[in-house]
Amino acid sequence: MSTVACPDCAADVPVPGEALVSEILVCRECDSELEVVGVDPPLLARAPEVEEDWGE
Amino acid sequence: MSDVDVALVASRIRAEERALLEALRARGVRHHVLDPRELIIEPNRSPIVDGVALIREISLTSARYTARALEATGTVTVNNSSVIEMCGDKALTALAFARHGVATPRTLVTLSQPAAVQACDEIGYPAVIKPVVGSWGRLVARVPDQETATDLLEHRSQLPGPQHRVTCVQDWVDKPGRDIRVLIVGDQPVAAMYRRSEHWRTNAALGAEPAPCRLTSDLAKLATDAARAVGSGVLGVDVVEDNDGRLMALEVNHGTEFRALQSVTDVDLADAIVAHVLGLVE
Repeated sequence: MSTVACPDCAADVPVPGEALVSEILVCRECDSELEVVGVDPPLLARAPEVEEDWGE
Repeated sequence: MSDVDVALVASRIRAEERALLEALRARGVRHHVLDPRELIIEPNRSPIVDGVALIREISLTSARYTARALEATGTVTVNNSSVIEMCGDKALTALAFARHGVATPRTLVTLSQPAAVQACDEIGYPAVIKPVVGSWGRLVARVPDQETATDLLEHRSQLPGPQHRVTCVQDWVDKPGRDIRVLIVGDQPVAAMYRRSEHWRTNAALGAEPAPCRLTSDLAKLATDAARAVGSGVLGVDVVEDNDGRLMALEVNHGTEFRALQSVTDVDLADAIVAHVLGLVE
């Protein structure tokens, strides 16, 4: 487990060791959805906003 | 160890995709994640995936183009592009239900604002207005009278994109504070759950609470018929019951989420899906 600064609020976001690229994490401080864009080293970016054609 | 390579097609790894990847790993199946955002499709070239693709892409547009491209080079897809297109469009689903005699609330499809208002009058109030594309209950509205219908449809008509001119108008079903989700894998109903909510929209994404639901023969038959009507695959069938207990299929989801269902069933849903996918190519 390592931590990465939230791109929105800069709080420490825990990134599990088994995290996968494209996995979505949520910042506990600001509730932002974050996308894992790298795992070695762990990198986070703001997750894309929900699009009109997203869903089940 | 299986020789088959499974591509899990997804740009967003949610609990469902993680569970599927773990199920693939547990079975010793060769697999990788294919992110449609990284695809550059050149028709008539060698297969993008040498095996089978499990389409879990969250964007309908990306899912259908990726499935089409994979199928064009001979890759087996689950769900296939035809099923994705059918499920992704509520008007096409309504037509498929009608063609196959699947019980569903009365549904009218319109292509203009005035026709949609007329359809609401025809259905009677309250009526339910649904965009043909969309999920998680987004932009689904219950209109109590013609005045509200006119206002809401005028608002819809101002939204960008021709897709917003297409509207499904449906009978509102006075349901008992819940609906039902059935997971179909292949042609088999695997598990079901109630989704309870005080809101008339009972989508899990809107906070409905899952509860165990017995797969009665009537429920299993209706869900299976609904899935077959759109082409079968790995599908989440939404079923509503009216206050007299009559069951009706509402829609079929091609990219079905199952974390809520998994929380109320002992069936290993991810493994059931993986077994089905492998069964198609082994």
